[in-house]
Amino acid sequence: MSAIAATEPFLERAPQLLRDAATGFLPEPWRWLVNSLIAIGVILAVFGTLFAFLTLAERKILGRVQNRPGPNRTPLPFIKIKFFGLAQPFADGVKSLTKEDIVPRDADQVLHFLAPVVLLAFSIITFAVIPFGRHLVPVELDAGVLYFFAAGAATELAVFMAGWASHNKYSLLAAMRALAQLISYELPLLLAWVPVVLVAGSLSTTEIVTAQAGWKFGFLPHWYVFTPWGFAGFVIFIVAALAESNRSPFDLPEAESELIAGHLTEYSGFKYALFFMAEYFGMIALSGMAITLFLGGWRAPLPFLEWIPSYAWFGAKLIVLLLGFIWIRATFPRLRMDQLTRFAWKFLVPLALINLGNAAFWSLTSHWTGALQLIRWAVSLVLIVGPFVLMGRKLSAGVAPRVYRYAPS
Amino acid sequence: MNAALAFIAVLTLASAAVAMALRNLIHSALLLIASWFGLAAFYLWAGAEFVAFAQVLVYVGAISMVVLFAVLLTRRSRQDLAVEPASLGRALSALLVGATVAVVLARAIFATPLAVAPTATPTISVRQLGAQLMGPHAAALLVVGVILTVALLGAVVLAATDRADSKENAP
Repeated sequence: MSAIAATEPFLERAPQLLRDAATGFLPEPWRWLVNSLIAIGVILAVFGTLFAFLTLAERKILGRVQNRPGPNRTPLPFIKIKFFGLAQPFADGVKSLTKEDIVPRDADQVLHFLAPVVLLAFSIITFAVIPFGRHLVPVELDAGVLYFFAAGAATELAVFMAGWASHNKYSLLAAMRALAQLISYELPLLLAWVPVVLVAGSLSTTEIVTAQAGWKFGFLPHWYVFTPWGFAGFVIFIVAALAESNRSPFDLPEAESELIAGHLTEYSGFKYALFFMAEYFGMIALSGMAITLFLGGWRAPLPFLEWIPSYAWFGAKLIVLLLGFIWIRATFPRLRMDQLTRFAWKFLVPLALINLGNAAFWSLTSHWTGALQLIRWAVSLVLIVGPFVLMGRKLSAGVAPRVYRYAPS
Repeated sequence: MNAALAFIAVLTLASAAVAMALRNLIHSALLLIASWFGLAAFYLWAGAEFVAFAQVLVYVGAISMVVLFAVLLTRRSRQDLAVEPASLGRALSALLVGATVAVVLARAIFATPLAVAPTATPTISVRQLGAQLMGPHAAALLVVGVILTVALLGAVVLAATDRADSKENAP
C-alpha cells in the first residue's frame, strides 16, 4: 500500500493509523507478514459478519414480501429479548456446527469432502483485489480484474465435484446443470467488463476506480454506469453475476422444487453451511466487483459528500446492491433450463459483443466536445437500445405478451 | 526459489501422471485440472502474472467444463466411467500419437534459438502484452480461438449423437 498524505481527513486514514500503531514496532519482513495477516483477518471478520446478517436480512425480507414475519423467535443471548430475531444467525451457526455430518456410503469420499473446501477457498480469495476504500486494497495486481474472474471461474467446478461425488441422481443432474450454466454465463460475464477495461485502459482495479474520478457540470459523477455502454454492461454483468452465484432466478443447480436440493442433497451439518457461506461470499464479491467496475468504486456520488470516508461509501453501495439481489430473488420465478441457456446465447452474448463495439466507439470519440458530444451520446444510445429492442422482440416472439385466461386482468 | 519450482514441477507432473494411470475418467479429468493449476503456479513463479491468470481462466474455468461435460454426456452410467483395460491396438496408437507429438515439440524447442537468461528480469505490463498479442501474434491468437471453438463443437457433436445401443432405440 502506498504512503498516505497526512493532509487527508482523519477518518480516511484511520484504518492505516490503527494498523501501523499495532505493527509499527516490527522489523520489515515481519511487519509485511503481520500486515497481510491482519488484512486477511479483517476481511474474514467483516464479510463473515456481513454474511451472517445477510442471511437474516434475506429471510426477513423474503418473509415480508411473502406476507409472513420471517425468523423472529431467537432471543438475544442471556437477556431473553426477542429483537427481530437478531440472534438467528448465531443460532444457525451453532446448529450447523453441532449437527451430525453424514457422508453417503457410496459417495466418493475424497471429492465429497473436498468440494465445500474448494468452493469456499475460491470464493474467499476473490476478495483480495477489490478496492474497499481509497487506501484499502488488500493486494494491488497489474491484472487484478483478470485474477478476480480466474478465481471465480473455479467455483462452479466445486459445485460439479459436490454433485458428482454425492452418488445421487438429483445431485448428478445438478452437477450437469451447473456445468451448462457456467459455460453459458461465463461468456456474458467476461464480455460485460471488457468494455470497462477498454475505456479505462487498465486491468488494475485501483486504476479503474481512478479512471472514474471527477464530476460533470460539478455534480454528475464520471461513473461508467452513467454512460450508455456502461449502463448496458452493468445490467448484463448483474444478470450474469446472478447466474454465476446460483441465485434465484438462475438457481437451477439447486432448484428445490425439481431436484430436492440439487448438489446440496447429500450434504449436512457444517459442510452444508460452508456451501451457503461460499454462495453469499461469491455474491458479495461479485457485487464488490460490479461497484468497482461500474459504480465508481469507493467514490462519493456527490462532491459535497466527499467528507464521508471512502470505505463507508463502498459499504453503502454494497448493501444497496445486495438488497437488490434479495429483492430480485423475492420477485422473479425460476427459469427453465432451455430458457436459461437460450437467454444467455441468443440475447446476452450478442448484446455484450455489440456493447463492446459501442464502448470502442465511445473510446475513439473521447475528444469530441460541444454539439459533437450530443451526437456521441445519441449514437451510443442507438447502438445499444436498437439491438436490445430488436433481439428482445425476436426472443419473446410467440411468448409475450402473456394472456391471462383465468385471472381477471 | 528453486525449491518452490521443484515443488510445483513435481505437483504438476505427478497429477498429470496419476491422471493417465487412473481408470475413472472423472478422477482423471479432475487431476488434469489440478495439473493445469500447477502450470498456472509455474507461470506465477516465473513472474508472468497475466499468463497465469489467463491460464486459470481459460483452462480451469472453460476447458475443464467442456472436458467434464463431454465425459458425462458420452457415458451411460457411473460404471461406464471406468475405461476397460487397454488392448494392443490401443497401446500402439497411443504410442504412435505420443511419439509424434513428442517429436514435433522437441523439434520446435530445439529449432528455436533460446536466448541466454538476461541478468535483469524484464517487467512487461499487461498493456505491452496486449499490444503484442493483438499485433505481431494476432494470427496465433486467432488459431487458438478456432481450436477452442472446434473443441466445444466437438463436445456438442459427441454428446448429441444418438447411440445405436441406447435404451430409446431398443426395440
